Amino acid sequence: MHHHSADHQEHDSAALDPMLRAILTDVLGLKPGQAAAFTPQTELFGALPELDSMAVAGLLTEIEDRAGIIVEDDEVDGELLETYGSLLAFVRAKRAGA
Amino acid sequence: MISNWPCPQVGGGYGDELAIVLGEARPHRVLIVAPLFDEANKLRRLLVEVMRRLDGAGVGAMLPDMPGVNESLAPLAEQTLAGWQHAAAVAASHFAATHVLAVRSAALIAPQLPGWHYAPLAGSAVLRQLLRARIVAAREAGREETSEALTRAAEREGIELGGYPLGAALFGELLTAVPDDAAAARALAHTDIGGTAPWLRAEPGFSAEQADALAATLVMELRA
Repeated sequence: MHHHSADHQEHDSAALDPMLRAILTDVLGLKPGQAAAFTPQTELFGALPELDSMAVAGLLTEIEDRAGIIVEDDEVDGELLETYGSLLAFVRAKRAGA
Repeated sequence: MISNWPCPQVGGGYGDELAIVLGEARPHRVLIVAPLFDEANKLRRLLVEVMRRLDGAGVGAMLPDMPGVNESLAPLAEQTLAGWQHAAAVAASHFAATHVLAVRSAALIAPQLPGWHYAPLAGSAVLRQLLRARIVAAREAGREETSEALTRAAEREGIELGGYPLGAALFGELLTAVPDDAAAARALAHTDIGGTAPWLRAEPGFSAEQADALAATLVMELRA
């Protein structure tokens, strides 16, 4: 992933949202379609008991693999995973800078 | 069926560890090596269901506890990757396994047998995940930790990650261990099985479709 045209990046950015919902579905064991109801305000960490530290680690590793980004230790805080919107904004920003 | 197998112990000698064994007298006997640490819990039901399907198809299978793991009373902190490799080889020999199914990080300790390394991963990836979980938990508790500092300390004196006490030797071995590309077993990608990767699920679950697919893959190749 060394070169991205502007078109390609735009496409990637649009694809991040469904990709992120798919990853959350996998990690949280959601029923198909359940993640489609997530809004930017949907609470994640804190609201979902199954999202413990081990699950967060798995979630971030899977996002790294599928989105082609690296999440640094100091970027992992409560705010990042507070809502679906904050997580998506973070991944979009990382992807734009990748 | 639960049985005992003579497992090599740290410091010499052998001690009994448990194994689930189905169809031990069958011509094909698959030694199943479970992933290390938390993924073992997430995959155990799936692996036992695969064993039932193999048994139903006339293929024997055994799932031995490695020392320090699952029901084993041996201290996990004393275990090493080399020790587990030896233990897995002894188990293969004890059960006269003809094939191996090593799952995820188990590819790092699998005996040299034909068979499958299912979604293998490097030791560094195992540690990265465990270190990250620890950093997330620490931050929730208001403590700042970094992978670099934890790694340096772990290489010196061992570390507890995800509730698992890892000795310095095991940690050091995992830092550099990679699945053996030249192994007699072939890598089996999760995309060939399909569905949600079971190690991703936060809560242990089980998919009958995945057990069917995994067992069918093995049986078809054993009979080819």
